[in-house]
Amino acid sequence: MSQAATEIVRISAHAGSVPGDGLNREFRVCKLVDTTTCIGCKACEVACLEWNGYSFSETTFDNSYQTMPETQWNYWNLIKFNEHEREDGTMQLLMRKDQCMHCAEPGCLEACPAEGAIVQYANGIVDFQEEHCIGCGYCISGCPFNIPKFSPTARKVFKCTLCNDRVSQGLEPACIKACPTGCLHFGTKLEMNDLAEHRAAQLREHSGFADAGVYDPPGVGGTHVIYVLHDAKNPQLYGGLPKDPHVPITVRLWKGPLKWIGNLAIVGGLLGVFIHYLRFGPKVVKEDEKTDEGDK
Amino acid sequence: MNREPYLLPNGRVLRYSFHERLIHWLAAVPYIYALLSGLAFWSPWLFWIAVILGGTTIARELHPWFGVVFVIATWLMYGMWGRQMRETPSDKAWWANIGHYIRNEDDQMPSADRFNPGQKLLFWGFVGNGVLLLISGLILWFPQYVPWSLRFLRLFAVIVHPICALLTIALFIIHVYMGTAFERGAFGSVIRGDVSRAWAHEHHRTWYERLLRESAERK
Repeated sequence: MSQAATEIVRISAHAGSVPGDGLNREFRVCKLVDTTTCIGCKACEVACLEWNGYSFSETTFDNSYQTMPETQWNYWNLIKFNEHEREDGTMQLLMRKDQCMHCAEPGCLEACPAEGAIVQYANGIVDFQEEHCIGCGYCISGCPFNIPKFSPTARKVFKCTLCNDRVSQGLEPACIKACPTGCLHFGTKLEMNDLAEHRAAQLREHSGFADAGVYDPPGVGGTHVIYVLHDAKNPQLYGGLPKDPHVPITVRLWKGPLKWIGNLAIVGGLLGVFIHYLRFGPKVVKEDEKTDEGDK
Repeated sequence: MNREPYLLPNGRVLRYSFHERLIHWLAAVPYIYALLSGLAFWSPWLFWIAVILGGTTIARELHPWFGVVFVIATWLMYGMWGRQMRETPSDKAWWANIGHYIRNEDDQMPSADRFNPGQKLLFWGFVGNGVLLLISGLILWFPQYVPWSLRFLRLFAVIVHPICALLTIALFIIHVYMGTAFERGAFGSVIRGDVSRAWAHEHHRTWYERLLRESAERK
């Protein structure tokens, strides 16, 4: 956004074209997770905790390397370990770094009733503003990725910020910085898409992963965290990555048609009784006037 | 069943006992809080209501508690009025003449018992929606305890809760209008408890005539 200040579109008393006019700059950022080169070292988990100031949570042992079953309000970055048995009987250990996907059409934001509690920046980051959060948890229901988590102590909801504080200062997210294999990349959305497609093609052509591909689900308008998967046809193998995520239909119905119908019905009802009163007036029991006065 | 006599010595008729009035308001006051705070979460244009209800986070904390009190009071109401609210064969004729009722042509209305069919609709509407609001409300109260595999419950609650709330709002608007502006004497009946004999005769003739009969038998 600061770049826009240096981009000239008109120049006074200038003959000829404006240098740089019509130039398109990509403000959208993106994190690329190449699951094919992840070694499951969890450096990203630790870096996330360190940067965001959370202490390490208790681990849950479940016959796998996975730290805990799912992300927590104070544990935003979790590598999901999945043992997948292939058709030929060989085993494949699928590791996927799970975190907020920063959807272009965020279900959390759509479901949120509190003004200013969730914002989406022009660079694509979807960020919770906890000072405005009322702790209703509608974002939990709106998210197709099971990311927002309720803190019982703060009574508010937290999730990965894509290190908005670092990115706004020109730094890459903490997880990216910590990754030792280079399976995590950070850059503009266009660059990352390009890199991801390139890597997927490489996997298909040279590594025998015929179904390798990029996970950038169009159902939520694309995401600002994208994956390279060995098997893009079965993303659910990677710790329940949804195949075709959408903002839930009931959230859309509620925030769309139901809101209109409901608002019209409430206003119509209030107007209706008012007009009825103007037209017909109250029901007064005739003898009442006499007897009531008699009582007094 | 009722310890209080219905025909009062001052020539008036006891419409609602103290017990009935108390439960009515035990349902009404929490409902109004839940309604207003619910409207705040329903639309950004109404979010300011939450501010005057104690603050936005407080309103979120209190909304379900008031909802629970409302449902308890509705349950007590069900025990208190459930039998009297049952549909009777004469209800059809009442609904067939609803146009006369709306146009204040009450002399052309069939006589009503203690509760007319419109009041029965209000009652069952609140009881039925109250049950659904409670079930969906509990899910929305603690979304963090609904596991991901049971996510459909949350998605069901997200749409059922506002639909049921809107249905009660429709009933509530009509109820408040009739109770305060439209039917003179009705509001007093749920505050002080009594109505005039003429009012009882006009609006609930079957009930009033039974009271007279029972009173005569006792003598």
